[in-house]
Amino acid sequence: MRKTSILFIAGIVIVLALGFLLPWTVRNPFYFFVGYVVLQYVTIATGWNILGGYAGYINFGAAGFFGAGVYLSAFLFTTFGLPLPLCILAAAVFGAVLGLLMGYLTLRIQGVYFAIATLGLVVVLETIVHNISALGGASGMAVYGPRPPAWSPGPSQYNFTIMLVIAVAAVSLARFVEISWIGRGLRAVRASEDAAECSGVPTLRLKLLACALSGAVLAMAGAPYPFYTSFVEPVTAFSLIIGLNAIAMPLIGGTKSWAGPVLGALLLASVQQIATVTISSELNILFVGLVLIAFVAFAPGGLSDLFGRRQGRAKS
Amino acid sequence: MISIDILLNAVVTGILLGSVYASLALGLAITFGILHIPNIAHPTLVVAGAFFVYTLSQWGLDPIVAALIGLVPFYILGVALYIFYSRVFERRGGANVLQSLTLFFGLSLVIEILLALGFGSELKSVSVSYIGSSLKLGLLTIPYRLLIPALLGPVMIGAVWLYLSRTNSGTAIRAVAHEERALSIAGLNPASVKRHAFGIATATAVVAGAALIMVGPVEPFAGRFQIGRVFAIVVLAGMGSIPGSLAIAVIIGIAEALVSSYLNPSWSPGVAFAILLLGLALRPQGLFGAAR
Repeated sequence: MRKTSILFIAGIVIVLALGFLLPWTVRNPFYFFVGYVVLQYVTIATGWNILGGYAGYINFGAAGFFGAGVYLSAFLFTTFGLPLPLCILAAAVFGAVLGLLMGYLTLRIQGVYFAIATLGLVVVLETIVHNISALGGASGMAVYGPRPPAWSPGPSQYNFTIMLVIAVAAVSLARFVEISWIGRGLRAVRASEDAAECSGVPTLRLKLLACALSGAVLAMAGAPYPFYTSFVEPVTAFSLIIGLNAIAMPLIGGTKSWAGPVLGALLLASVQQIATVTISSELNILFVGLVLIAFVAFAPGGLSDLFGRRQGRAKS
Repeated sequence: MISIDILLNAVVTGILLGSVYASLALGLAITFGILHIPNIAHPTLVVAGAFFVYTLSQWGLDPIVAALIGLVPFYILGVALYIFYSRVFERRGGANVLQSLTLFFGLSLVIEILLALGFGSELKSVSVSYIGSSLKLGLLTIPYRLLIPALLGPVMIGAVWLYLSRTNSGTAIRAVAHEERALSIAGLNPASVKRHAFGIATATAVVAGAALIMVGPVEPFAGRFQIGRVFAIVVLAGMGSIPGSLAIAVIIGIAEALVSSYLNPSWSPGVAFAILLLGLALRPQGLFGAAR
């Protein structure tokens, strides 16, 4: 355990150092523009997996949490001029409260109801945003992002670095949850909720905690989005593809460990970024939907499970 | 200031809308309520049904006739879906609810995108002679485009309910969810009973689709806005209670109509969901019938 933790921390330091240095060596801002989206999905997939993977409670409303983060940070920035880190923090707190609320209302019953309720969450949040004129309603609102600081060469690179820090924080949180007592409890919940409850695992409190953490990470992933696009509107903030990717990426990568969602997100988001340049966004959704069905149907353990099994077979 | 004619019109519109919602939810009341398969693709199947009706109406067919023709292909589609579903999960010994949710989620997206690619993402509507005009009864004004689909709902729900409660094969469907082994001991194949039930559930989608496209124009992603409604109806009715689903649907319809006439029409998509959340928090076993 100690050895892997040291390796993990070393990996983080290298990734962060690269993130701060690359903007000065790679000149083309397009790579950072694309990299931002990939990192955003790494964060979303990781956040989703805290609840969906470890506890086995499926959240179809990732786009709702994401959109809530987008709008909260856009609102705080344009009306109060709050600095970016505070906007991100506020989004995280808001996402946690939202997750707690959803969980409190539905988690006491059964996983199915939670999943169904999250499906409605997106519609409700979108309805609310449509009806609040301070948030721009259906026509959206323009956001002029902060000037990039001296240590970053341009806005694309700055957003990329911010997103990288968020993604690293999310992955570290997920890994902490996984190896601590929280993860053990959640795995027990996933294996058999009744058995866990009988052996004294505080199942409801653990599930609520997972809901809150997952909601916080998902909302945090949305917080820098207004500055990335300079414009927010309900349709893109609560986009279908976000909710779909949030489920598809961990399922493709593997839901048991933090590495699964990261792998799935890096793979799928990169493919999508290449694909949207060449094909339409509709075909993009079709592709992800088919891949999702294929994995649920034929490889429920995801890629990491497939590789693991092959290695196991090779050894024996 | 509440004027009586606005209130009366809102309530009547709500009852009629609720009747349409009940036909949207009927298929789910069978798959989720009775068979316990969380088919979140059902609203999308209804939209697919609406597009089927739209296609036939382009050739001059009446939407209701088109829906009746659609019953057969949609029944077959439902059977095929169930075969796929059971093949996928039987090998693993029983379906995990969350995995089947994900499967149907992916399926509904694929259907939506195929519809969008095939028909374009614009709104589509049907035009029939009786759709433009309204029925006037004293203070009430009821447009036929709402009245006729609303009458379609109770007819279909009554037929399915009679089938489930009065015939032998209907009883088998209700039995299969309770005790699969007893059914096979009695000499019936549970798998074929479930296939049949799923086929019927999917066949109701084309009639519901006809109702939906008569009420108003439909676009490929319209199913998303129905998910909250149909699940609210099925869950609050108390899983599997079909008369109960009609009652709940009417309550939701009235609530939505009141919200859109007194508050703002743009708030109404959230109403059903709010009712569902409240219902789950206060009375998880449903308002009608026993929980299982």
